[in-house]
Amino acid sequence: MSISRTELLHEVAPDELKHHFDTPEQQFESSTLGMWVFLITEVMFFGGMFAGYTVYRNLYPKAFAAASESMNLVIGTANTAILIGSSFTMVLAVRSAQLGRKKALIGFLIFTLLLGCVFLSLKYVEYHEKWVDHHVPGPAFHFDQPQYARQAQILFFLYFAMTGMHALHMIVGAGLLLTLIFMAAKNRFSEHWFTPVEIVGLYWHFVDIVWIFLFPLLYLIGRT
Amino acid sequence: MSTTLEFPFKTAHPNYLNAEYGWKSWLFTTDHKRIALLYLFSITAFFFVGGAFAVAMRIHLMSPDGIFSHDTYNKLFTMHGIIMVFFFLVPSIPATLGNFLIPPMIGARDLAFPRINLLSWYIYMAGGIFTMFAVVEGGVDTGWTFYAPFSTTYSNTHVILAAAGVFVSGFSSILTGLNFIITIHKMRAPGMTWLRLPLFVWSHYATALIQVLGTPVIAITLVLLGLERVFHAGIFDPNQGGDPVLFQHLFWFYSHPAVYIMILPGMAVISEIVPCFSRKGIFGYSFIAYSSIAIAVLGFLVWGHHLFVAGQSIYASMAFSLLSFMVAVPSAIKVFNWTATMYKGSVSYETPMLYAFGFIGLFTIGGLTGLFLATMAVDIHVTDTYFVIAHFHYIMVGGMVMAYLGGIHFWFPKISGRLYPENWARFAALIVFVGFNLTFFPQFILGYLGMPRRYATYDQEFQMLHVMSTAGASILGVGYILPMIYLAWAWRHGPISPQNPWNAKGLEWEQSPTPPPTFNFERPPIVTEPPYNYSGEEMEVEYRNEH
Repeated sequence: MSISRTELLHEVAPDELKHHFDTPEQQFESSTLGMWVFLITEVMFFGGMFAGYTVYRNLYPKAFAAASESMNLVIGTANTAILIGSSFTMVLAVRSAQLGRKKALIGFLIFTLLLGCVFLSLKYVEYHEKWVDHHVPGPAFHFDQPQYARQAQILFFLYFAMTGMHALHMIVGAGLLLTLIFMAAKNRFSEHWFTPVEIVGLYWHFVDIVWIFLFPLLYLIGRT
Repeated sequence: MSTTLEFPFKTAHPNYLNAEYGWKSWLFTTDHKRIALLYLFSITAFFFVGGAFAVAMRIHLMSPDGIFSHDTYNKLFTMHGIIMVFFFLVPSIPATLGNFLIPPMIGARDLAFPRINLLSWYIYMAGGIFTMFAVVEGGVDTGWTFYAPFSTTYSNTHVILAAAGVFVSGFSSILTGLNFIITIHKMRAPGMTWLRLPLFVWSHYATALIQVLGTPVIAITLVLLGLERVFHAGIFDPNQGGDPVLFQHLFWFYSHPAVYIMILPGMAVISEIVPCFSRKGIFGYSFIAYSSIAIAVLGFLVWGHHLFVAGQSIYASMAFSLLSFMVAVPSAIKVFNWTATMYKGSVSYETPMLYAFGFIGLFTIGGLTGLFLATMAVDIHVTDTYFVIAHFHYIMVGGMVMAYLGGIHFWFPKISGRLYPENWARFAALIVFVGFNLTFFPQFILGYLGMPRRYATYDQEFQMLHVMSTAGASILGVGYILPMIYLAWAWRHGPISPQNPWNAKGLEWEQSPTPPPTFNFERPPIVTEPPYNYSGEEMEVEYRNEH
């Protein structure tokens, strides 16, 4: 094994194989496994909020339905479509990286980044709307059906906590995409070494999947 | 960074300590051994800060009147708990000994992600600075458990600062665990199969699973706590339809498994020390290995035993009680196997072994009293009393700190390249044992008689036991300061250690020089024998020669 590493080395730019790995395969598998384990921690992180959501929705189903109806369904649906689309362009970016097509890689990465930015902008519009409607939890909170006001506040609290954390992950993802674009422009990637594209792809898909759960649980439960 | 891959490294006696000099070579290092030392020094500092709070508490409790105001006392036990749990116990063995030893033990040149390893130390320090800032600003009085709604609504102290510190340091724990998991999966040397891994590595693997699965939950719980404290939306406030018990569920979903983060690495160390000083293969290797995983899995299913009196459904309590009994089984398997390892072995009494004896005895007491607490009827009598305090200090201090000190002594020659003064060390181990028992055994009695935890004052009848506890604490303090002194001395002036001063088995002793070079081995290690082969089963020498 210690001998075969020299044979494999020529496939990889020497500075991409770190000193403590034997083979490029070992390094690649370590990085992707690392990302998967990190995503498991993310599942647990969001899981805490989903647990809270489950508890309170069971306690206050009617208030949650009523509060959910005031969510902006148009923006929510549009954002869902945008995110699924961005996952698609991300897959194409990873594929281009595997094939070593630099121009396509940069193009798809930029496309993904743009879709992410559109998502965040729409999210901003939505948050602003909530602010105007006094749906932000706190002293100024107001809800039209007073019998549900306190309980609805809990849903809005969870809404802001969950979508806020999600948006934070989107912002981090946008930063990662930007880094990838610069790296790709500097010819850092080849069909032999594209690990960062691969693992950022995993991350991006994960953030999309979180939204796939958030959308029905926050926007659709009041509409039967 | 050097990227040479030629073997063997042809150099005289270079090692990780003399490879480079200067503060930059430490603060920007990616060598897991140097990062382990960074952690070692920082957690030692936090240990003494946390210890100082304990000293203040014990002095206060010498008489019912005390010397501090009750508000100050609340802050003392809170800061003691936060610092000891999150900044000493959780990182103690994994981030120091685990960080240092896992790569050489499995035959790797470093952890899978060296830069993330360094990052984890910086994150840990950032969390520590937040928390120390909270201390300087006046402290926190919620207890280390941050229970809502006191922490979200009523406390006037720096809850958010301290919670931010814990939140941030959690990521260092996650990154350490992640690094260990990937390293153990992907970086093992040829011949190092899963069932040849040292039990140290198995225990750390189990610990890493808990760190990775549990810590994110405390992170989001503290985020919700902080948001609630700022916005008062009522998520944990019963006045507004929220449920404070939800906070307790989320908190203990991490914090009970975290107890196993704090004890599994201790078991890891003991599993190495016991066979070495019994000159005998470990008894029931695979049982000990799998019991670590069993503890990690079952540990996630028992958190409800902290909520027996919190208004949890009685049926949930019964399930949690039963599961808590079940988690005692793998722990007991370990204790029996260590004991069976010593049986008919050539037991010798070097310092690490003395600590191992201490660990096994005190962990057994701590574990068995844990069963009292898992019994619902008994728990109602002793909930929130000194009985609980004594129980978990027997596990955390009697178990984990003993194992930590035992491990530090056992691997001190490996880390520093020098031998420590054995008789001083034995003396200190004895002092620690006596001081510990004198401190905490009276607390079992206090708790059983009804002394509640976290009270700044008490009935006159308890004074005798409190004074005994304080006296013990002062002895324990001496026991902790002694190793600081003679180990610091030995680091510079101790006799030079041979490569394998204990004649121990394991790659880190047998195939890696002492102290190890930056890449741990002079030539790629190959594993040809079962673990803990102290009885010397036939080695596949030919295999070694062929390669």
